[in-house]
Amino acid sequence: MAEEEVITIRQLTVAYDANPVLWNITAAFKKGKITAIIGPNGAGKSTLIKSMLEFVKPATGQVKYSIDKQTKEYKKVKNKIAYVPQNSSVDWDFPATVLDVVLMGRYGHLGWLKRPKKSDRDIAEEMLKKVDMESFRHRQISQLSGGQRQRVFLARALAQQADVYLLDEPLAGVDMKTERIIMNLLKELTKRGKTVIVVHHDLQSVRDYFDEVLFINQEVVAAGSVKEVFTQENITATYQQDHNLGEGASS
Amino acid sequence: MWTQITAVLNDYTFQVVALGTGMLGLISGVVGTYVTLRKESLLGDALSHSALPGIGIGFLLMQRKEFVVLLLGAVVSGLMATGLIQLMSKKSPVKFDSALSVVLSSFFGLGLVIMTIIQRNPNAQQAGLDSFIFGQASAMLTRDVWLIVGASMIMLLLISLFWKEFKIFTFDADYGKTLGFSSRWVNLLLSTMIVLTIILGLEAVGVILISALLIGPSVAARQWSDKLSVVMGLAGIIGAVSGAAGTMISTVGVRIPTGPTIVIVLSIFIVGSLLFSPKRGLIAKRMKFYKKQKAFRQQIRRLEEEQGK
Amino acid sequence: MSSIAEITIIAVIVSIACALPGVFLVLRGTTMVSDAITHTVLLGIVLAFFITRDLNSPLLMVGATLIGVATVWVIEALQRTKLMSNDAAIGVVFPLFFSLAILLITRYTGDVHLDTDSVLMGELVFAPFDRMTLFGIDVGPRALFSMLIILLINVVFISLFYKELKVTTFDAAFAAAIGISPVVIYYGLMTLVSLTAVGAYDSVGSILVVGFMVGPGLTAYLLTYELKKMLGSAVIFAALNSIIGVQAAFAFDTSIAGMIAVLNGLICLTVFIISPKKGLIKNWMLKQKRKEAFDQKLKDTTKR
Repeated sequence: MAEEEVITIRQLTVAYDANPVLWNITAAFKKGKITAIIGPNGAGKSTLIKSMLEFVKPATGQVKYSIDKQTKEYKKVKNKIAYVPQNSSVDWDFPATVLDVVLMGRYGHLGWLKRPKKSDRDIAEEMLKKVDMESFRHRQISQLSGGQRQRVFLARALAQQADVYLLDEPLAGVDMKTERIIMNLLKELTKRGKTVIVVHHDLQSVRDYFDEVLFINQEVVAAGSVKEVFTQENITATYQQDHNLGEGASS
Repeated sequence: MWTQITAVLNDYTFQVVALGTGMLGLISGVVGTYVTLRKESLLGDALSHSALPGIGIGFLLMQRKEFVVLLLGAVVSGLMATGLIQLMSKKSPVKFDSALSVVLSSFFGLGLVIMTIIQRNPNAQQAGLDSFIFGQASAMLTRDVWLIVGASMIMLLLISLFWKEFKIFTFDADYGKTLGFSSRWVNLLLSTMIVLTIILGLEAVGVILISALLIGPSVAARQWSDKLSVVMGLAGIIGAVSGAAGTMISTVGVRIPTGPTIVIVLSIFIVGSLLFSPKRGLIAKRMKFYKKQKAFRQQIRRLEEEQGK
Repeated sequence: MSSIAEITIIAVIVSIACALPGVFLVLRGTTMVSDAITHTVLLGIVLAFFITRDLNSPLLMVGATLIGVATVWVIEALQRTKLMSNDAAIGVVFPLFFSLAILLITRYTGDVHLDTDSVLMGELVFAPFDRMTLFGIDVGPRALFSMLIILLINVVFISLFYKELKVTTFDAAFAAAIGISPVVIYYGLMTLVSLTAVGAYDSVGSILVVGFMVGPGLTAYLLTYELKKMLGSAVIFAALNSIIGVQAAFAFDTSIAGMIAVLNGLICLTVFIISPKKGLIKNWMLKQKRKEAFDQKLKDTTKR
């Protein structure tokens, strides 16, 4: 049985200045699997996620989505993709409660002008329960800890009831309880056929949490199932080799 | 003095002007809530200064003071200034703050140049410029007030219709984009409303004070609630009361200018909110701090007593 | 000397006096705080006038400058409460001070010529008529001498505290760690800004002062990465804009300060677009070149 590819990336190159941050990335993410994107600092992992969301324009290359068995471009499938950012440029002093923020995850389904209905509120409450934050529902967001904020963002993404979930370092700086809640939820999503892609920073936990892995250090170093590809050799190749792609492209 | 006040309250001119300034205070407070939340508080100051050349050109084209034409000119001028500010500060080493200042002063300088040519008088003491800088609340006509009320109603309707869109783009614009909403249209709509509100507000308080009318009410309101709808509603009320009260005081009093009085009333609301709000207020915070200190001291004393035994 | 020549000289002196502290305002991102100061100095003038009852008293200048510095202090205090955003703090302070000033003027000085219009907009054209007499001899327009003194003060301050200004602007925490107080330097700079704004109100008017400070500085910033060159270029642009501005204003028979402000903006925008190092066109060309280079390199990589 061929594994369905939900996202295909071809020859993606991104550069903010003369030195490319991502070079000639060709990769695919499989449906129903949870994939880790692994690489050292500055490897371009966040940039990869941002390119998939069209937050940054690539110098060359393209990203295609195949949700519901039809290949479309990002614009048309936006609401089926949920994004959990690493550091949001959110103003935490904004007058909003936890429930307000999670409810925002429903806005894509509502489209222009329509208001959230009771059913949307129920979904938001359900997602809050899943991340174990329902007692915080009326709390002002500025009063939350780092881990609690991360869980609220995850609940917001879950409220979207999307097919693909992109998370940028969701476990960075969170407590053990939050980590367990998040990873259990992500596993549950894949069991229901959803695709989960995570930029991950902790090599120790990769085998426990992930099915597939993509090693990146400006280029693709290795990609495939954790069983086959998560080897010491690939880890060394990703983390310890200098990938100087700046030369030659700048003149 | 009581008879004086009731006499004023029954005076038709006063009612017209108070309605106008009250409405302006209301819409400035409401729309201004988005401005403060987007951290664009000083944009109001920049936009109001940038409106002058538009007003001048509008006058030149029409050869007379037609409110709607001047309004249109001001809006166009303001939007151009916004565009320039964004162009200069996004994706460039130029800081937003510097872009604001340079656009603000060059547009205002251009306005000054145009207005002076209009008057053919190098001394800038002309009615047109004066009312732009200081506002001309007391000279508001019934016609002007209907325009203000009408425009405010439309904007309030738009805010109600696009409530969730404005909310999400003010709170987390990137996320809003990922949901499929067009940031371009939302921003355009919101920016136009902000520009329009500023231009209308110039009528009441003039160029220099408009930033207070725009951001003051929501700064005060924010101290009392954590819900966006409550903050916005409260801001509208504070703005409206400041507008009307300012007009009242300046009408009853002798030689008291309207615009500055509105701002002073508003400032009292702001200072009061900063000090007395039960949740965030400075006095409440101080008392909480003292209580905690006392509790800690008691705890430590108890521990010392136990150890002493 | 002809009127127009005297006006040009005054304009150049005012512009340069403003441009010098302006460079640091641009680098620090505190230009809007100085905009606030230029509006609040009116309150200082009014309060000082109530005390001295003399429009020509130097105390007016002192009072106004002090209020300017007080404005900065109040804004900072508000910002520290963290109950509003930093820019909101600026936006609620200066209108209050300005309102108080207008209220006081309207109510109590209706019969004295404390001209708010000239404070706000100034008019260089009248400057030659206000002469300074030394021992009965007409030595020139008063504005020229007062601004010249202020220019001198600015030059001296910046020369004496050049390295302190440089390090506190670039890295305040580091400066504090090595014993240079960023707060002292900041307030010193703002006192200069205040003083310059007060001095310039006569000729340029307070609304435009911020443009005179930011325009040349920002233009210079877009052309160079070196602080000394930035200061030098700012001075040159300030002078140039003034000279051309005066000529153009006379040609069109319009406000001189306004015309100079327009030029400040135009030149700044032009440099923003064409600057060889940081300009819009340069950036666009760089992007295109990079794209071609990448395309080429990718072709080579995939061939192998």
